[in-house]
Amino acid sequence: MTDLSKSPMPVLSATGLMKSFGGVKAVNDASIEVAQGSITGLIGPNGAGKTTLFNLLSNFIEPDQGRVLFDGEPIERLRPYQIAQRGLTRTFQVARVLSRLSVMDNMLLAAQQQTGEKFWSTWFLPGRIAQEERDARDRALEILESVGLAAKANDYAGALSGGQRKLLEIARALMTRPKLILLDEPAAGVNPTLIKQICEYITYWNRQGLTFLVIEHNMDVIMSICDRVWVLAEGKNLAEGTPAEIQTNSQVLEAYLGK
Amino acid sequence: MFNYLFSFDTGIIGYLVFLITSVALYGLFSLGLNLQWGYTGLINFGHVAFMTVGAYSTTLLSLAGVPLLVAVPIGAMLAALLGLLMGFSTLRLREDYLAIVTIGVSELVRLVALNEGWLTKGAFGVQSFPLPLENFRPTVATRIGMVAVITVIFGLALWKLGRRFLHQLRGAKNLQKQMVAIGSGLLVLLGIRLWLVSAIALYNFRSSPAANGLLFVSLITVAIVFWALERVVKSPWGRVLKAIREDEEVAKALGKNVFAYKLQSLMLGGFIAGIAGAFFAWQLSTVYPTNFEPLVTFQAWIIMILGGAGNNAGTLLGAGIYWAYTALTRDLERLPIAADQVGALRIMVIGLILMVLMIWRPQGVLGNKDELTLGK
Repeated sequence: MTDLSKSPMPVLSATGLMKSFGGVKAVNDASIEVAQGSITGLIGPNGAGKTTLFNLLSNFIEPDQGRVLFDGEPIERLRPYQIAQRGLTRTFQVARVLSRLSVMDNMLLAAQQQTGEKFWSTWFLPGRIAQEERDARDRALEILESVGLAAKANDYAGALSGGQRKLLEIARALMTRPKLILLDEPAAGVNPTLIKQICEYITYWNRQGLTFLVIEHNMDVIMSICDRVWVLAEGKNLAEGTPAEIQTNSQVLEAYLGK
Repeated sequence: MFNYLFSFDTGIIGYLVFLITSVALYGLFSLGLNLQWGYTGLINFGHVAFMTVGAYSTTLLSLAGVPLLVAVPIGAMLAALLGLLMGFSTLRLREDYLAIVTIGVSELVRLVALNEGWLTKGAFGVQSFPLPLENFRPTVATRIGMVAVITVIFGLALWKLGRRFLHQLRGAKNLQKQMVAIGSGLLVLLGIRLWLVSAIALYNFRSSPAANGLLFVSLITVAIVFWALERVVKSPWGRVLKAIREDEEVAKALGKNVFAYKLQSLMLGGFIAGIAGAFFAWQLSTVYPTNFEPLVTFQAWIIMILGGAGNNAGTLLGAGIYWAYTALTRDLERLPIAADQVGALRIMVIGLILMVLMIWRPQGVLGNKDELTLGK
């Protein structure tokens, strides 16, 4: 019934995730699956455990129980940085830019497998590092241009406006060359024009082959960009389906609006 | 006070040599802290522990017959090893806890030095250990060579300072900026004075071989360490440190092994402080555990904050300001109050200076003000 039309092999699949904080079961036996090449939405009322689920997937919070397969391999025991190195990059609900670094440095930092990030190679491989920096800089400028931040490249990231920070955070995530990006409320606190832009960027990069898992409260965003939607309520899976199916699902409406 | 600026009397030169060496040694020590706090955001309140290890290792090894050129790196590596131990036990802690644990470790190291008399000679102190170049009797040609070396070091520093001065002078539109430009102009003049003093001291090397030798070695060391640090903090490696300082969760989310980088920062900072420990011991020429009280750590904090955290040149300038202050307030001893009251007064005044600085220029003398106006 749940026919994942684009690919039979999910890039991410998590099953039986559990996490309690004290007596509160924030995530209680939740599962999720993200098909390769899809834009998958994750919705649910406030306090449903969406962000906690993101934290469990990226292991910023260790799950009490459950299994997470990324690209066919279990990642629930890896450190967050190892998960990021494997190509699963997350963003944060409130955009977190590195204020006292330039916009360009924010981008360059995100490049993976940099020779120059090893202490000793600073001394022994300066040529190779310079070359990598040039390549990364070109790529970073390209991405910054595509989100309209190229003119700000040399400004402090802390001097950006709220919307620009959101863009920078997504651009920075792209810079890691991820296989899957977890976006936590990309449209929160952003003006309608920019929301439209962000949606365009996401669908654009999706067509370039990038997979997204998006938490979002803005239903227009979810309905317009997502291939599939998962609904979470009180830490449990409530429903799963195409946007159209979810819109008419009585359980979902009940969870959001009450009986 | 004007004697310091114009006199070429032997006594004054001797005292200025002591001051320059102190600036170099405290600058070196604070550069280590600046790497840890200014660049990585690690709150290290136990920095003196690295110095203790460096000082004791170097002096005890050299007393056992190990050449100084070997003893110092071993001391520095042992200090880095202490950084590794400290890091493994504390870096997973939140910042404020890290601060408490590090201050505890530094006291622990000092108490070990006090009580393990079989190794460290305890309260009796380590005495009459070899000093660098103390038996060196250079020929005229060698002395001219030494003068040439420090001329290059001072030349590079003054060139940078001078360019900054010209740059500021051109951009100076309001009174405050003009003051800053005048300030850096005066610094250039002061630098020339210190270069002259150093050159005279090295040329008359035999007047005091131990002090002049220490001057020469400390200037070279601080120049090399400064150059190396500038290089690493501007590398992609340094970029990761700055990212950790700003927000370590972001660094993790972008695939950086934050713990490993913090450890490296703590160890490298410890290594540098270990070298500074050797110089500290040589300048004191007798090493007692009481030389390594937590106050020394806070002197490094004062120096770093004065000059501007996250700025290596600023840290060295901070060391200069700190010692200039110490020299100028020596005259307070002429006041009709007891010596311990003078000491307390000096500390009170430096506290006041720090408070004024925090209000007027919270980023430190060379820090970048723009950075403070940024939102998180």
